[in-house]
Amino acid sequence: MNDVMTPFATFCLRMGDNALILGQRTGEWCGHAPVLEEDIAFANMGLDLIGQTQHWYGLAADELGQSPDELAFFRGEREFLNTLLVEQPNIDFAHALMRQYLFDAWHLPMLEGLAGSTHQGIADLAAKAVKEVRYHIDRSRDLIIRLGDGSEESHAKMQDALTWLWPFTADLLARDAADDALVAEGVIPDGDAIKAAFERETTKALAQATLTPPDGPRRTGGRTGNHSEHMGYLLAVMQSVPRAHPGARW
Amino acid sequence: MLPLDDARALVATIPDPEIPAVSLTDLGIVRDVAYDADTLVVTVTPTYTGCPATAVIALDIETELLRRGAEKVRVDTRMSPAWTTDWITPEGREKLRAYGIAPPAVAAANCAGMLSAQHPDCPLCGSSDTSLISGRGSTPCKAQFRCATCLEPFDYFKAI
Repeated sequence: MNDVMTPFATFCLRMGDNALILGQRTGEWCGHAPVLEEDIAFANMGLDLIGQTQHWYGLAADELGQSPDELAFFRGEREFLNTLLVEQPNIDFAHALMRQYLFDAWHLPMLEGLAGSTHQGIADLAAKAVKEVRYHIDRSRDLIIRLGDGSEESHAKMQDALTWLWPFTADLLARDAADDALVAEGVIPDGDAIKAAFERETTKALAQATLTPPDGPRRTGGRTGNHSEHMGYLLAVMQSVPRAHPGARW
Repeated sequence: MLPLDDARALVATIPDPEIPAVSLTDLGIVRDVAYDADTLVVTVTPTYTGCPATAVIALDIETELLRRGAEKVRVDTRMSPAWTTDWITPEGREKLRAYGIAPPAVAAANCAGMLSAQHPDCPLCGSSDTSLISGRGSTPCKAQFRCATCLEPFDYFKAI
């Protein structure tokens, strides 16, 4: 599938897959978060993300010839183009929050840039989604600062989460020929500007949270379909019912 | 054929499925009611991309119009310009307040995502001595606040 897709469809799938897989991960908190308000918050953000997914898939539907449901439930692991970051398991509340924050720190400037896209469909969707994502980062930033700069235990858990998740941010910021082609046409914002905004945001908030990103290797691969070992399990849970009962309706 | 003015008046009475105190028109999500040949077309702008009420709203519009004499009904979705809480009508804001939900701050574009800086007036006692409990509530569009005067918690309709 990857080698025949246009840069436009590749980009829409990457955006949609990021939102879907993170929406699935945050949805896993439903009924399990440490307090009711956070349970509701994760579930509601999952709704926003899965709503955005449908629109991203919709933009590429003509070219791909598949409905949003088919794209979500009937593709295999190698066909998903989400970043490694969003598929990482919840582990604990600290990991889920940090994953959300790092994603939001990239998602917000990306959507702000996309709101000025030369492609009207993308500009419309981004103008809508950016307002939702401002609320996402308002929460995730606030909580990583309060917990990072909190008790000894909460600090240790947030630092563990950052140490685990930080290497995967390279996959968020990665780009390839498909991106370059779209940047040249003004369809998507320049990667350097997104990276600079991501670094500005995270440098400031992580310092406030008294957390330190690790040195060392960075991970990439998700955007080209090379996923971590966690992805297959996530898809098995997410896809099992539609695959067992294809075409079933409520 | 159901006259267009009647169709518009009917749509204005359909309640929001999540917050039945306000109608779809109060919320400002109905963009257009018009005939496309013999099909009555209602164009709606979704509130949140993932709002679970979106599908119910389309179904409610279709059901109500068919029940009241329309022969063919279609509900279209229009994404742009994106819905903003600034489109909630003055009547809608008053209905929200009377229902116990603090209406959103105006000029929403300037305050999206800045909840802790907000101190909406308590819809129960009117006090402005209020503070954020949680940025999410029983629906994606609401946050939870508390009032330090009457000591009651209340919902705030987030500006977006």
